[in-house]
Amino acid sequence: MPSSPPASSFLRLGRRGFAAGAGSLVLGVVLRRHLRADAPGPLADVEGGDASPDLWIALEEDGTARITCHRSEMGQQVWTAMCQLVAEELEVPWEKVVVEQALGDPKYGDQNTDGSRSVRFNFTRLRIAGAAMRQMLEQAAATRWGVGAAQCRGVQGEVVHEGSDRRLPYGELAAAAAALTPPPERRIQLKDPDQWRYVAKPTPSLTIPAIVKGEGTFGIDVRLPEMLYAVVARPPQVLGSVRSFDDTAARRVPGVVRTIQLPAITAPVAFKPLGGVAVVARNTWAAIRGREELEVEWEAGPNASYDSEAYAETLFAQVREAGRVRRERGDTMGALDSAHQRVEAEYYVPHLAHSMMEPPAATARWDGDRVECWACTQNPQAARSTVAQVCGVPEANVTVHVTWLGGGFGRKSKQDFVAEAALLAREMGKPVKVTWTREDELRHGYYHTVSAQRLEGALDESGACTAFLHRTVFPPIASTFQEGANEPGWGDLRLGASDTPFAVPHLRLETGEAEAHVRIGWLRSVANIYHAFAVQSFVAELAHAAGRDPKDYLLELIGPPREIDPRTEGAEYDNYGSSMDTHPIDTGRLRAVTEMVAELADWGRTLPEGHGLGIAAHRSFTSYVATVVEVAMVDDRLTIPAVWSVMDAGTVVNTDHALSQLEGGTLFGLSNALYGEITAKDGAIVQDNFPRWRVMRMNESPPRMEARLVPSGAPPGGVGEPPTPPAAPALANAIFAATGTRVRRLPIFGADRRDRLGGAR
Amino acid sequence: MSITLTINGEEHEVEAAPDTPLLWVLRDHLGLTGTKYGCGVAQCGACTVHVDGVPRRACVAPVGSVAGKAVVTIEGVSGPEADAVREAWTELAVPQCGYCQSGQIMSAVALLKSRPSPSDDDIDRGMAGNICRCATYVRIRRAIKQAAGEGER
Ligand code: FES
Ligand code: FES
Repeated sequence: MPSSPPASSFLRLGRRGFAAGAGSLVLGVVLRRHLRADAPGPLADVEGGDASPDLWIALEEDGTARITCHRSEMGQQVWTAMCQLVAEELEVPWEKVVVEQALGDPKYGDQNTDGSRSVRFNFTRLRIAGAAMRQMLEQAAATRWGVGAAQCRGVQGEVVHEGSDRRLPYGELAAAAAALTPPPERRIQLKDPDQWRYVAKPTPSLTIPAIVKGEGTFGIDVRLPEMLYAVVARPPQVLGSVRSFDDTAARRVPGVVRTIQLPAITAPVAFKPLGGVAVVARNTWAAIRGREELEVEWEAGPNASYDSEAYAETLFAQVREAGRVRRERGDTMGALDSAHQRVEAEYYVPHLAHSMMEPPAATARWDGDRVECWACTQNPQAARSTVAQVCGVPEANVTVHVTWLGGGFGRKSKQDFVAEAALLAREMGKPVKVTWTREDELRHGYYHTVSAQRLEGALDESGACTAFLHRTVFPPIASTFQEGANEPGWGDLRLGASDTPFAVPHLRLETGEAEAHVRIGWLRSVANIYHAFAVQSFVAELAHAAGRDPKDYLLELIGPPREIDPRTEGAEYDNYGSSMDTHPIDTGRLRAVTEMVAELADWGRTLPEGHGLGIAAHRSFTSYVATVVEVAMVDDRLTIPAVWSVMDAGTVVNTDHALSQLEGGTLFGLSNALYGEITAKDGAIVQDNFPRWRVMRMNESPPRMEARLVPSGAPPGGVGEPPTPPAAPALANAIFAATGTRVRRLPIFGADRRDRLGGAR
Repeated sequence: MSITLTINGEEHEVEAAPDTPLLWVLRDHLGLTGTKYGCGVAQCGACTVHVDGVPRRACVAPVGSVAGKAVVTIEGVSGPEADAVREAWTELAVPQCGYCQSGQIMSAVALLKSRPSPSDDDIDRGMAGNICRCATYVRIRRAIKQAAGEGER
């Protein structure tokens, strides 16, 4: 069986498409500084973390700049973005940039590639690292020439002396520069934005040239010498366990080596493996076939009665009860009671699965009491600690290599699959790769939570909204980490509930209790999905009740340009980890994207028979997105002829890739709203593969999609998640405009593939 | 059982039961990991390869059924359509995570071979079997049209 050593499979990730054999790559001398060995350097603690150039950059004699990316590449083009930031200030030609994927290690600071924060949190420090290195190269050249450093400038891989024609390539200066101490932060000079050549430009991707050739190593692609392949039969219910199993037939399948029972899981589930029985084989297919022959008797455990249909009724009953007040302005209940007109609506969003196209996969290899793991993980430091905890070894004994991720969307922030590989590899005494099949991914996920929400609005005689009540009920993410946690936390609420920016005199947020019976995780934009769906749908409902245009009414609710601070009204609010000073909740920016998208979609034009437009706007991850969807209901068939989205994400590092996120994130939201539903019966998940779990396909995607970025000099906001939340309410509002039917329960298409509007598709 | 396969123009001898899906023989036996697993039930297109020039889902193609036929994978696909597709895919930055893109490219190349100037409906039909969870459909459509335009020159 041919297999390549691990190092080479990672070298193949390089953009130059290095051949697999390590011998084919002749490296120049890698020059790194090792300041940290004795004392932290002067840049060890700048905004965002350690900006010491030696942590991020290795210059080679041939001028190659090896730039370390400490975040996980999952399609958001973080390799390109992180390298753009360093290369911009370092001043190296883009063709000379080679990415090195970092191991999981706290020395890089936060590596949890999650929460749309890679750029937000690293924008300054990575530019400082690049600039510091450039200034050291300039200093080295100045010393060599005996001139002042102020006359020396690093430009595209060379230091140029401004008083003469002298120039020296970086490669020749690297050794001398490496002997210098980095300048302190106050002496770092970052470029003005008008000098940028890579940042805020459509700089070419570092991954796509490899992708189109089928190169690059995803978690599922890792191959080690002597590696075995495993799949795991896991308990159908969370906290279920193996009562007994019979592997006689499984072991008869050619290629099956052994079965191994994994330890049963205990609450809280956190990132621990689910337990079950693993089938280890000589290839993936033998393992899958072996598992089919395995007979397991399961102990169902405490979640065996979870039934989505019944649970929806429980949630609705709860959301009709008065809840706990989490934010209050004025006297909302009084204003509702004395309203000229009172509008009420309830919304339901089901569990969703991530279904990234690459299911979880991880490989592990032990050497004594040390273990090396390769995984498509969004959070290699958490993978390290989970493996250490589950295997009972010190964290220092665990090495985690990050592969490419075939999509993450939050699923790969959870490390259960990496720990499975580590447990099995130790048991087998050989490297083991654990592959999750699609069935595994759908049945054993960390699901987007299920929610019911109730909204009430008071309208005065003129139709203006005077009071706004939002009550939200859902099993919270905290239930995964803390047994019995059953109330929405501030971390859930800050996502589109506690930060509602409306200019109304009376406003209240309430929450209710709900028990979790599956592992609750986070899915691209998280609670913003259901909160934006309810709030932005309700705005259009209020507009309808008031007899007003939904876009005008939305703008009126957003109100005049100003800054909102939910903390002044009783809410705890962490603003996605960014400061309220640099990233305020700015209603002016929310207005602007709303007005821009309306103009782009030519809002108000006469539409063909059966067509309707819907609009929604939402701030999340400190960015602002507004979306207009056009639907057509013709011959009882619902289609989406066009979608327009406008995003203000502040300064955007890669304009083309941000647009790609805006397009994809919008369609991701539409896909979930149209088709996404995970249900449980007897505690087990019903959906087991496509098409019972349905996602948008090419023939269902809008033929016309226009995405625009707002040019902005504001500090960077998130990009990967903010496009998703407004998509679903814009769609529901468009359906109402076209048909008069209000969608309050998602998804729009049921399991019978018929839409819940009375038509089929 | 020993089976002789022709993959990307090269002959390979593999030991596998004839009902083993071609996908796992490519990936595990031969180390050709460019062809991806996404569902195993012919629903997502991630595993698309060409067998005698026709797109097939390798996850449901028994390896015994392709013995003696010409199998082409993402690693080996070539020719004017493949060049045009790769160029358009790169220029328009189609892929996000890239995981589905081997299959998308194999389907797009096959589509352009049978329909050199595909209409929107042709694209819908030719590509409906390939799921992209990153939802890069907007750019896939645009890139196929661009690749078709270049194919005409
Ligand atoms: S893996 Fe073959 S179609 Fe999905
Ligand atoms: S690019 Fe990620 S699944 Fe298609």
